[in-house]
Amino acid sequence: MSNLKDKLVSSYIAFEDHLEPDSPIHDLRNEAMKVFEEQGFPSKKEEAWKYTSLKSLEKTDYSIFPKQQEKHTELKDVRKYFLHDIDTYKIVFIDGVYSSFLSETTHDSIDVCLLSSALNKPKYQPVIETYFNKIAKKDSLTSLNTAFAKEGAYIHIPKNKEVEKPIEIINFSTGNEAAVMLQPRNLIVVGENAHVQIIERHQSLSENAVFTNSVTEIFAEKRAYADYYKVQTDNPSASLIDSTYVSQARESNCRVHTFSFGGKLTRNNLHFYQNGERCNSTLNGITIIEDKQHVDHNTLVHHTAPNCESHQDYKGIFADKSTGVFNGKVLVDKIAQKIDAFQQNNNILVDDRATINSKPQLEIFADDVKCSHGCTIGQLDEEALFYMRSRGIAKKEARALLMYAFANSVLESVKIPELKQRINKLIAKKIGVSLGFQL
Amino acid sequence: MLHIKDLHASVEGKDILKGVDIDVNAGEVHAIMGPNGSGKSTLASVIAGKEEFELQKGEINFEGEDITELDPEERAHKGLFLSFQYPIEIPGVTVTNFIKTAINETRKAKGLDDMPASEMLKKIKEKADMLEIDRKFLSRSLNEGFSGGEKKRNEIFQLAMMEPKLAILDETDSGLDIDALKVVANGVNKLKSKDNAVIVITHYQRLLDYIVPDYVHVLMGGKIVKSGGKELAYELEERGYDWIKEELV
Repeated sequence: MSNLKDKLVSSYIAFEDHLEPDSPIHDLRNEAMKVFEEQGFPSKKEEAWKYTSLKSLEKTDYSIFPKQQEKHTELKDVRKYFLHDIDTYKIVFIDGVYSSFLSETTHDSIDVCLLSSALNKPKYQPVIETYFNKIAKKDSLTSLNTAFAKEGAYIHIPKNKEVEKPIEIINFSTGNEAAVMLQPRNLIVVGENAHVQIIERHQSLSENAVFTNSVTEIFAEKRAYADYYKVQTDNPSASLIDSTYVSQARESNCRVHTFSFGGKLTRNNLHFYQNGERCNSTLNGITIIEDKQHVDHNTLVHHTAPNCESHQDYKGIFADKSTGVFNGKVLVDKIAQKIDAFQQNNNILVDDRATINSKPQLEIFADDVKCSHGCTIGQLDEEALFYMRSRGIAKKEARALLMYAFANSVLESVKIPELKQRINKLIAKKIGVSLGFQL
Repeated sequence: MLHIKDLHASVEGKDILKGVDIDVNAGEVHAIMGPNGSGKSTLASVIAGKEEFELQKGEINFEGEDITELDPEERAHKGLFLSFQYPIEIPGVTVTNFIKTAINETRKAKGLDDMPASEMLKKIKEKADMLEIDRKFLSRSLNEGFSGGEKKRNEIFQLAMMEPKLAILDETDSGLDIDALKVVANGVNKLKSKDNAVIVITHYQRLLDYIVPDYVHVLMGGKIVKSGGKELAYELEERGYDWIKEELV
């Protein structure tokens, strides 16, 4: 048994004392805790965790219920983490606790608020009963989150409602303690024909260790449109396991973009379930890491209905001793004819010491489908470098420009111009490109 | 301007250039012709500084300086330009942004500040007009999805923007229809002056109708085996290369 597991198991007993004894959620938590207790943290023996070890996290003494900081977090200190040049809704948590001061929520025709309210107030009961924990996989880490989840974003967009500004979900950790564990839980329901854009980030404000085990469930009803952006630029002492589950009804369109530029260890479990005809799913990602950083993308698209599309495009640039994993699975049920599924994973290893493990998996039981996948791992194109250098661009800049161009192609599909520009600049900064033009 | 003496170069242990001699002076246009695999493109790449070629012997002197030890970018900064036979696609970087980077990097190397934006814009407009390049073309990703002709025209656009002392055109005519060929040739002619020089590498005499060479060299088996005036190009067009081989024997 690991240290962290023991601590979590005993902490749960204390946590449970404060819960309402007879609520259905309580039963859910007990069941979930049982799963975690039985399975524990996944080990490298499991196929899905072959290249990602949680050992160092298990040995760290994380505080399970972070103490609240006395000092107020000032807006000026964290403003840069918001998309501050445009108006947005904001749901902000500091060390796992909602900050009304930094947030901008609403109940005006849409619900952009807190999961704690949704779990506790009777008026949300029907929605919670219909959606909460319904598509989340019952694996050990998601179960652990379910057992402890107290807080997170609750977003409910009713039928035909187009949300006019993006919603930002930001989880700050202040470094109040040497090491904290956070387990945010988000529930997002996008009603029939409704539109929403969401940006999520986890940001530590100190060099102290933080381990976030985040779970998000997204439900897109008929013809709904959901655009979700994950900005992962955290400090080198922060680790994140993000499990996001997307359930799509017919003709819905869901897109998740994941920008992994930071953190110590990042694991993204991103699972899409298409449950009706003519769904469209997009999973795009850019990973740019260095030092000993580790980013693991584990994607699943499960086609259970005919005439749907899915597109996956993941690009990675790995420097120093950084390691990347891409494990992308496309599952096409027998009934799901006329599927167009595309998966692409391209990687550049900047150093000999960097590693990428890329494993595309197609499991197709239908016979009339169009499925393709491709994976490349390589160094920078020498011909392209020579071309640029022969135009007077120095080697370092030419390399940077090539990497920039490589990563940048994924940005085409970002629909929020301010975010696109922000990511663009992050990429340029990350790669160290000083271009002779404004981005 | 460019003096090449007894140049030997190899790639992966295979000898390609086996003693090339060429002298190019300011104001001159030289054509290098030769059959496939004779080493024409290698010669262009070696002059531009491509690292995969190994220089075993010989001199490349440009503007009074031995450039054999210089990086490709340093050669470009000195005023050398190679128009590629197969230009590279760079997604996410527009034609305009690429040329701005190239120009400002070159200026930086010379200790100059960036070219003022207004001046840059004016120059881009002027050169694009000269080469009959559509404005929309300039905001497309460099060479991405370009037709063969568009790629070549874009190379000459960059040449016009960079105003090098020596331009080497490697098979610029391949992939061009006759109208595009005229536009490109016209562009090159407009850029010609008594202070710069052009080396045209080609298979066919067609391009030389429009960019008229002062000298024509035949490269065969990694050596310049024959040199002459522009009439040599016509002779090659008519008679092929075999008669030269026979002459050599």
